[in-house]
Amino acid sequence: MERFEYANPTSRKEAISLLAAEWGQTEVLAGGTDLVSCMKDFACTPKRVVSLKRISDLRGIRSSGKELRIGSMTTIRELLEDQHVKQGYPALIQSAEYIRSEQLRNMGTIGGELLQRPRCWYFRLGYGLLAQYNGKSLVPDGDNRYHAILGNSGPAYFVSPSMMAPILIAMGAQVRLEGPGGAREITVEKLYRTPAQPDEREHTLHPNEILTEIIVPRQEGARSAVYEVRQKEALDWPLTAAAVVLKMNGDTVSHARVVLGHVAPVPWPSPEAEQTLEGKTVSEDVAEAAGKAAVSKATPLSMNGYKVQLARVAVKRAIMQAAQGGA
Amino acid sequence: MKQKKEKLLSGKKEADGLTRRDFLKGAGVAVSGSILVGEAQAEANPAEGSAQVQGPGEVPVTLRVNGETRRLNLEPRVTLLDALRDRLDLTGAKKVCDRATCGACTMLMDDRPVYGCTVLAIEAQGHEVTTIEHFSKGGKLHPMMSAFVEHDAQQCGFCTPGFVMACIAFLKTHPNPTMEEVEKGLGGNLCRCGTYWGIRHAVLDAAKAMSAEAEGGLIHG
Amino acid sequence: MANCKYEWPAAGDRRLIGKSISRIDGPAKSSGRAKYSLDINLPGMLFAKSVNCPYAHVRIKSIDTSAAEKMPGVKAVRVIMGVGKEVQWAGDQVAAVSAVSEEIAEDAARAVKVEYEQLPFLVNEADFDKDKTAGRTRQAAELKVGDPDKAFSDPDVVTHEGHYGIPVITHCCLEPHGHVTEWMGPQSLRTFSSTQGVSAMPAQFAEALNIPANNVQTICRYIGGGFGSKFQMDAWGLASAQMAKDAGKPVKYLLERAEELETAGCRPSGFARVKVGAKKDGTLVAWESDCWGTGGPTPSGVLPIPYVLDIPNRIRRHTFILANIGPARAWRAPNHPQAALLTMTPIDDLAAKLNMDPLQLLMKNADLASEGRGKVYREELQKVAEMSEWSKYWHPRGDKTPGHIKRGLGVSIHTWGGRGHAGNCLVTIQPDGSVTAELGSQDLGTGTRTVIAIVAAETLGLPVEAIRVKIGDSHYPFDGPSGGSTTVGGVSASTRRAAVDARDQLFAAVAPGLGVPADQLEAVDGKIQAKGDASKSLTWKQACRKLGVKTVQAHGKNPGQCMLGSSGVGGAMVADVSVDTETGLVKINRMAVAQDCGLIIDMKTAESQCYGAMIMGICYSLFEEKIMDNITGRMLNPNMEFYKLAGIGDIGELKVHMMTGPGYDERGVIGLGEPPVISPGAAISNAVANAIGVRVPTLPVTPEKVLAALAKGGMA
Repeated sequence: MERFEYANPTSRKEAISLLAAEWGQTEVLAGGTDLVSCMKDFACTPKRVVSLKRISDLRGIRSSGKELRIGSMTTIRELLEDQHVKQGYPALIQSAEYIRSEQLRNMGTIGGELLQRPRCWYFRLGYGLLAQYNGKSLVPDGDNRYHAILGNSGPAYFVSPSMMAPILIAMGAQVRLEGPGGAREITVEKLYRTPAQPDEREHTLHPNEILTEIIVPRQEGARSAVYEVRQKEALDWPLTAAAVVLKMNGDTVSHARVVLGHVAPVPWPSPEAEQTLEGKTVSEDVAEAAGKAAVSKATPLSMNGYKVQLARVAVKRAIMQAAQGGA
Repeated sequence: MKQKKEKLLSGKKEADGLTRRDFLKGAGVAVSGSILVGEAQAEANPAEGSAQVQGPGEVPVTLRVNGETRRLNLEPRVTLLDALRDRLDLTGAKKVCDRATCGACTMLMDDRPVYGCTVLAIEAQGHEVTTIEHFSKGGKLHPMMSAFVEHDAQQCGFCTPGFVMACIAFLKTHPNPTMEEVEKGLGGNLCRCGTYWGIRHAVLDAAKAMSAEAEGGLIHG
Repeated sequence: MANCKYEWPAAGDRRLIGKSISRIDGPAKSSGRAKYSLDINLPGMLFAKSVNCPYAHVRIKSIDTSAAEKMPGVKAVRVIMGVGKEVQWAGDQVAAVSAVSEEIAEDAARAVKVEYEQLPFLVNEADFDKDKTAGRTRQAAELKVGDPDKAFSDPDVVTHEGHYGIPVITHCCLEPHGHVTEWMGPQSLRTFSSTQGVSAMPAQFAEALNIPANNVQTICRYIGGGFGSKFQMDAWGLASAQMAKDAGKPVKYLLERAEELETAGCRPSGFARVKVGAKKDGTLVAWESDCWGTGGPTPSGVLPIPYVLDIPNRIRRHTFILANIGPARAWRAPNHPQAALLTMTPIDDLAAKLNMDPLQLLMKNADLASEGRGKVYREELQKVAEMSEWSKYWHPRGDKTPGHIKRGLGVSIHTWGGRGHAGNCLVTIQPDGSVTAELGSQDLGTGTRTVIAIVAAETLGLPVEAIRVKIGDSHYPFDGPSGGSTTVGGVSASTRRAAVDARDQLFAAVAPGLGVPADQLEAVDGKIQAKGDASKSLTWKQACRKLGVKTVQAHGKNPGQCMLGSSGVGGAMVADVSVDTETGLVKINRMAVAQDCGLIIDMKTAESQCYGAMIMGICYSLFEEKIMDNITGRMLNPNMEFYKLAGIGDIGELKVHMMTGPGYDERGVIGLGEPPVISPGAAISNAVANAIGVRVPTLPVTPEKVLAALAKGGMA
């Protein structure tokens, strides 16, 4: 780990003022499990680390009739224990429960979960987010067994690591971002982007902005579920994941949101799967068709063809779980 | 007294961050990184107040470890695990993956298990840190430790302290766990020798022993 | 063996041997008080970090350490691989620095500038044709018995041909390799080494440093895993001692996790094209294999296939692949897990082709095992069939139950030597009654300390707690390194001999006072008494007090008089798995092993070896692989996130049965660390094939490979 300055502001405003206007200079420290690891790998080398831990109003969950507001510094453990979340947003609980480490749940925050850096091994070994080596990406001809099968026309091939973003996107959640120019709210979907240049990040946060809140609209009459295909019961990364929110009109799906995780550089909404579901009564066959639709545009790399099948199954199983009452 | 010193230091900072950093850097070299620092510096550590930019050189860090106050001079990049192991000779928590994966460094912060390898020591200030050493104070083994011995839930023993800590914490939230809960709830720790079979049974047994003892009023907390 | 004074007590006389006894260092470990080499902190100690080469194969053009040397807090810098030296694998240590803190040492290591000349490399060896093109193949000797060609051409012989493999994995010791070194004088060194060979370590340091070996003391009270990879001083050990000398301060130099996985040892891979033939009744008659694998840049690991079963007509050819990966080191049961996989999976496929139950096929062919161990294998197969409910759950290949979860069972057998190594034990009985057993041995977590205590306590009629076991220090009597399951046989025999002699000296001292001839005394239940006459007795303390100012000391050696141990064990293992055919995920339902290892000293730690071995086996069967990158030549998963190990929820239900009693106990003590880790790969692979109806030809059995096998369909 390189040396850095450490700042622990007590207000958002202060925190923002301590952040640099360009990437690479400063990093925001939330739970630390990812940033500290990243710094140990020299994949991140900030000159200053700005901790958000002392900003007390970034922590906590508030529920109103129409929405849930989760402070970005709320830990995964706090989320799991929150009665409002348990009652109104069980798929969020399901998603958090896939983080199979009590230690990570205690340390990790929801903001950090959404903004953790990709696990691409080339990135972690120091070849940059775009895995550049001698001017080209290492991924297409390298070991890409865990890399993207969608949205992978280059130059980015990593997969978005967030385990909670897909369900939040499916639920129509927004994030509140605060910077020197004030606050803005965007959908969680819009928080992510596929970088095209080595100096770009995989999200749309500005370097001197902080994520302060996640706002989840009330999920009235919705059935939702998350399904991860993962090798281990113990702490592990999913090979693929799917999050599904179904709004029902009697037995018929009136509106569907299907978002895949760990398949693309961003959480991957699938309008193809959604269209397959809408207006239908969910059955094994319909779910299967939606799964197929979700991967119809997949372009697997040399070693990750199996992920197409896994994504298809994850979507199908998430739909079936949701239809059968959900998480 | 304390307030006064704090003011002095933060005053320096406000006047000129560089000066303050140089001051700390000098102090750091003088104590060569690992020795307890004097009262004045240690107490200058801010618990409240406006944002300070500290480091990158050594700064005073005050930790609460196993109920004791420990004062150190550390660079902000020093992890809690390294501070405990390298500076305070508390080596029960082990450094293995060093990337928040294996659980060998599991310790408690405010009674909750965390990976010490990815907590910055400077961030542990203001929290109660509890390490494995705390649970055998006076030579008496915690019931979880005894259960590990009884069920031979250890071989080389290098993952063991972290596992014991994770298990102690687990029972705080699951006082009467099922086997399934044990299998799901302890996924944040890894063992290489393959002691999970013993650990599963040790946890179930310790839960019984602890609830029996708790009924008898022998265990507190 | 009869009438030898050292022989093991008869079954009815054993109070402790064979019982389930908790390890005596359990409290120290579970409380975190046990100090491993990584935990040693000495006054003024410096921390060392490596400069690691990021390339797989390069020549060093220049090294500039000047910037590092100038950094405040840096006290020593050493070049390990000088200019002109060839680096053979990524991550190798080119230089090292020592500084007052870990952080400064790391900064300094990064400030060392090295220029490299790139050389061609090979890091993935599974494709034999590519290996050949790259000129990386080296032929090993061929082994031929009988006439395989003729046997295969017999029209009554059914043959199966297939391709199988098992990749390079690493040891992933949780405590990394390394040492803390401290100069006690100009020619005198003390090392705290994470080593499997305490007694052998001083000579390595002494030779490298040109000091007398007797001036080197190595201490290793606890070691956080070795598995065969920790016998050497290694380049980092020497650099540590050199920097300690340069700086005049102790130096702690243990590896970081990434370099531990990249450079501190690998288990060689094994890939093979196999042809195996049997008569229609399942009698194995012919074998042919072309095998290749790598253990790094030098030849290593001819796999003993066909394994266990000496098929009468057989030929094997082996080719070493020289690859630029961290070097081969013994990995628990060297070469056997690979050999078991490459033998037991094709035989399982042949059984399927013959429509035979593979367990029955192994039963039928068990007499092909050497040393007449067929009967033992049949007993073990029978036992493990019961434990796993084989007759209830096994089915012909391909689970026909509807749905995407398919269950299957697989079996494998294994063997190992495990004869006790040479060594010494010194037992001391003090006039106050205290007893110590000293050996320059080490406890890898197998229970060595406990075994020594049990043997001494049994012999002296004392409780286990009465024995103070002193191991882990080269100042104690020389003992063998702990490798190849040789420790338990070695230390139990030397301790037995020492304890018997010490006891007899004590008998001689108290005999006159008791008015009983010394050879008519016995030590039981904390007393020295006349055999068959408890009225003539002294408590242990009283007896020892009769020594006056004398201390009883006795040396025991192994080998020595009386057959206290032997060699050659076997075991049979069954895996029971469920496979999700939609995702390719494999879940372990149950594993069971029936294992023999002669006379068992401590049932509890013996069973732990089996439980642990099955879990380690699950890890390498489903998860582990040293993933190497063809373009950069680097290991892509030098961490514990993607170098995956099973967690507590990934192991299913485990059953262990130790074969004991008549036919086993009289063989004396035989080692156990290696054997049960051999079969899991084959058993799990066979179980998967039984479940889904097709072979996944290589380990680890990942979702990707299961889906590929299913897509291909039919028998591999």
